[in-house]
Amino acid sequence: MSLQATDKVISGKAALLTDATRQTIDHWRAKFPDGLEGRRSALIQALYAAQKQNDGWVTSELMDAVADYLEVPPVWAYEVANFYSMIETEPVGRHSISICTNISCMLCGADRVVEQVEKKLGIKMGESTPDGRIFLKIEEECVAACVGAPMMIVDGHYHEHLTPEKVDEILDGLE
Amino acid sequence: MATATENLTNLVTLEIDGQEVQAPKGSMIIEAADRIGIDIPRFCYHHKLSIAANCRMCLVDVEKAPKPLPACATPVGEGMKVFTESKRAVDAQRGVMEFLLINHPLDCPICDQGGECELQDLAMGYGRSISRFTERKRVVKDKNLGPLVASDMTRCIHCTRCVRFLEEIAGTSELGGIGRGEHTEISTFVERNINSELSGNIIDLCPVGALTNKPFRFSARPWEMRARPFVGTHDCVGSNLFYHVRGHRIMRSVPRDNEAVNECWLADRDRYSHFGLDAPDRLRTPRIKVDGQWQDCDWTTALDAAAAAISGTVAEHGPAELGVLVSPRATTEEHFLLARMSRALGCSNIDHRLRLSDFSHGQAGRARMDIASDAWPGADAVFLVGGNLRHDQPILGHRLRTAWRLNQARMMDLNPVAYDFHFDLSERLIVPPQTLVETLARVARAAADVTGASLPADALGAFIGAREPDAGCRRIAETLQACERGLIVLGDIALHHPSAGWLRSLAEWLAEALDVSICVLPGPANSQGAWRAGAVPADDGLDAQAMLARPRRAYVLVDLDPDRDLARPGRALKALRSADRVVAVCAFAGDALLETADVLLPLAALPETDGSYINLDDRSQAFRAAIRPPGEARAGWKILRRLGEVLGLDGFAFTELAEVVDDLQAAEPVESGQTRLGDPQTGDQVELGRVGDVPIYAGDPLVRRSPALQATTHAEPPAARLHPATADKLGLSAGAEVDVEQDEGSVRLRVEVDARVAPGALWLPSALAETAALGGAYDSIRIEGR
Repeated sequence: MSLQATDKVISGKAALLTDATRQTIDHWRAKFPDGLEGRRSALIQALYAAQKQNDGWVTSELMDAVADYLEVPPVWAYEVANFYSMIETEPVGRHSISICTNISCMLCGADRVVEQVEKKLGIKMGESTPDGRIFLKIEEECVAACVGAPMMIVDGHYHEHLTPEKVDEILDGLE
Repeated sequence: MATATENLTNLVTLEIDGQEVQAPKGSMIIEAADRIGIDIPRFCYHHKLSIAANCRMCLVDVEKAPKPLPACATPVGEGMKVFTESKRAVDAQRGVMEFLLINHPLDCPICDQGGECELQDLAMGYGRSISRFTERKRVVKDKNLGPLVASDMTRCIHCTRCVRFLEEIAGTSELGGIGRGEHTEISTFVERNINSELSGNIIDLCPVGALTNKPFRFSARPWEMRARPFVGTHDCVGSNLFYHVRGHRIMRSVPRDNEAVNECWLADRDRYSHFGLDAPDRLRTPRIKVDGQWQDCDWTTALDAAAAAISGTVAEHGPAELGVLVSPRATTEEHFLLARMSRALGCSNIDHRLRLSDFSHGQAGRARMDIASDAWPGADAVFLVGGNLRHDQPILGHRLRTAWRLNQARMMDLNPVAYDFHFDLSERLIVPPQTLVETLARVARAAADVTGASLPADALGAFIGAREPDAGCRRIAETLQACERGLIVLGDIALHHPSAGWLRSLAEWLAEALDVSICVLPGPANSQGAWRAGAVPADDGLDAQAMLARPRRAYVLVDLDPDRDLARPGRALKALRSADRVVAVCAFAGDALLETADVLLPLAALPETDGSYINLDDRSQAFRAAIRPPGEARAGWKILRRLGEVLGLDGFAFTELAEVVDDLQAAEPVESGQTRLGDPQTGDQVELGRVGDVPIYAGDPLVRRSPALQATTHAEPPAARLHPATADKLGLSAGAEVDVEQDEGSVRLRVEVDARVAPGALWLPSALAETAALGGAYDSIRIEGR
């Protein structure tokens, strides 16, 4: 039996991560330098992968699991998860929709897109549909797609030059 | 930073407020200003921490710069002209202060920091008397950070000093900035205690009242207290500190800067132990046992009884039937007087090395420091033999971490448990206590192979020669040989081991063969002072272990709990029970003392007495009593003076402590005895070896009585911890209840499976009430029925 030191605050939680998540994390970890700070750099993508395996949000157990897998202090994972808007720490719908309401999109009618989506789904910005299908993110800052305004992001994919028909089509296409 | 040595060849000259100053290239404006006494306001900057530059309070005006620059993050430049009090600088600082105060509550009247608050002070200087902010202030829910640090996070200004301290100095990264923008909170996120052994320092670092001293809370204002300089009385470092005293009470303790001893930090043990002074079993009056019943009495009666017990034994049975056991926490002067008293009685049985079990090395329990502890951070390879420095000597743990963190030192250890260090180890030899000697000898053999050094011609050499080094041992020897400033450190486990003499001799030979420095840590507290003052047995005397193994007719015990401060407590208690007379000079009267003693003389506890301590670097630090002892309790030197007088001994006619100090300085230092190594403990003699290390908050009577420290997770009840392989072999699983036996004692414990423990070892700490019936800390141990 091995004599490896287990000198981590939390040990064994990495088991919560699926093989696919681990592969994604390994892929990102390889892109950064070796050592503690390099592993720290892989946190955003690692948490994003963990979120994907858990229907769009990370539990504190999953944050611990990511920290455990990357061998960094758990609080570093908490910091990143609570800082970045693309990582959710509360239960949300399966599909995440972010409508840009920043200046260019606003001038091109983002308000009408918001109104349409809210009316169609029967929820307000920041809420999820009762059936857990769609989560409408409360606010998204400019995501550098002004040229295609108005736009929205659905599960990480950009949809540009939105029209009422296009919005209906996108929403209806979500399982 | 701890190791930063200024490079004096690379200086630039700049001007701050018209004063010319030279500063090393790459250093920051604020460091240069601090050196010439120009005060730039700051919150996030701290000279021991990394630069964050996030509070912006230190904005200064630099000539030719288009905007004010942060002094903490702007490197000095040749010919630079800095103005810290120009209109632009002050305007910028006022603006920053206004923003900082936006969300800060106006609760100074109920804030513990009031009166010593950096924000309060600077707001007086730079703040406006009226706030223009009419919106709602932010409120942050408080977190429970454990029993030592209280939090009021609404007051936090996000300087992140606490986050950086825990990440950089303590190495635990327990706090972080959660959320963003106005919603940022400093937090552990998941409710969790801060467990660092240095956690109290975040209280001193916090510039506002967000983190305060929890047991001290709401009990005093800074201007009501006087600061009394003292030293830490638990480990061999002797950290410099202040006790803040109001009336006759110590209210709290804070560090006193001394770069060579504790830098500006203080271990929690030294910070919170004084809360134990008011323990319910504090002895306030002399007491004697009459027909098995304790009676309070006056000093004359008690001293007469004590003198009668001592002189009666000496007269009837001879002085060799007397045993004197003194805590290493006694002051050097107390050790000296006790040694003088023993000698005058003709008794050589005096010892302070209460937890040692092997005295075969001539210097057992005495430090050998090839380099001073403040030079440790300069080491580039460290081999730690038998010790958990983080818990045993937290400040020394910090020194080693600094060597690793700032000097990229290669760290290696030989231990019975893979202790959770705050540095990465490149090589670990985790072996049960019974094979520690063999394993160290294997490293020595590897060193002999690597260096070609010839083995000594004695038993030591023969033992080394008979070993076969494995790859791990060889890598350690090679690393130590290849490095420039190698260091071998022997900790408490090596000190308390039944073959401590072998471990030390092997390590000393290893250091010589590899030409590296060796630092053998002394026993706790004032062990160095005890050696200096002669509180060790003379050649014909018995050591602490022998005095109890061969019971004496009478004992004198000074400042110890016999069930928890002695090696092999089960056997020690038996010896004390069978003695005719036991005289105890003690601050606390625990149950074991009440049971075994016949006379109790109330002793002033450490902060209540004058005296001196000698630390591991042989630095003698004198101190004056911070407060008066309670009730009838008296300083140890006064008690011993009266006792010597009543006994009619020479050398006790002095009236002042200064006379004792003069005598002590004139006295010849104690020569060490001869090293006489017996046979080493080897793995084939022991099936299951106990790892009986002393938990961080169990080592002496005072820390054991501090409610704050006993509420931490470090003071949880013990379990019998086994490696999964050992548990399998014994047919045990986690949670099973077993009877653990040693000597003639037995205790019932829960099994925990822990992969950090070496196979073949049972990790069960000593110095605990639960294990008082058991035997030696690193001896063989049995699990009943296995």
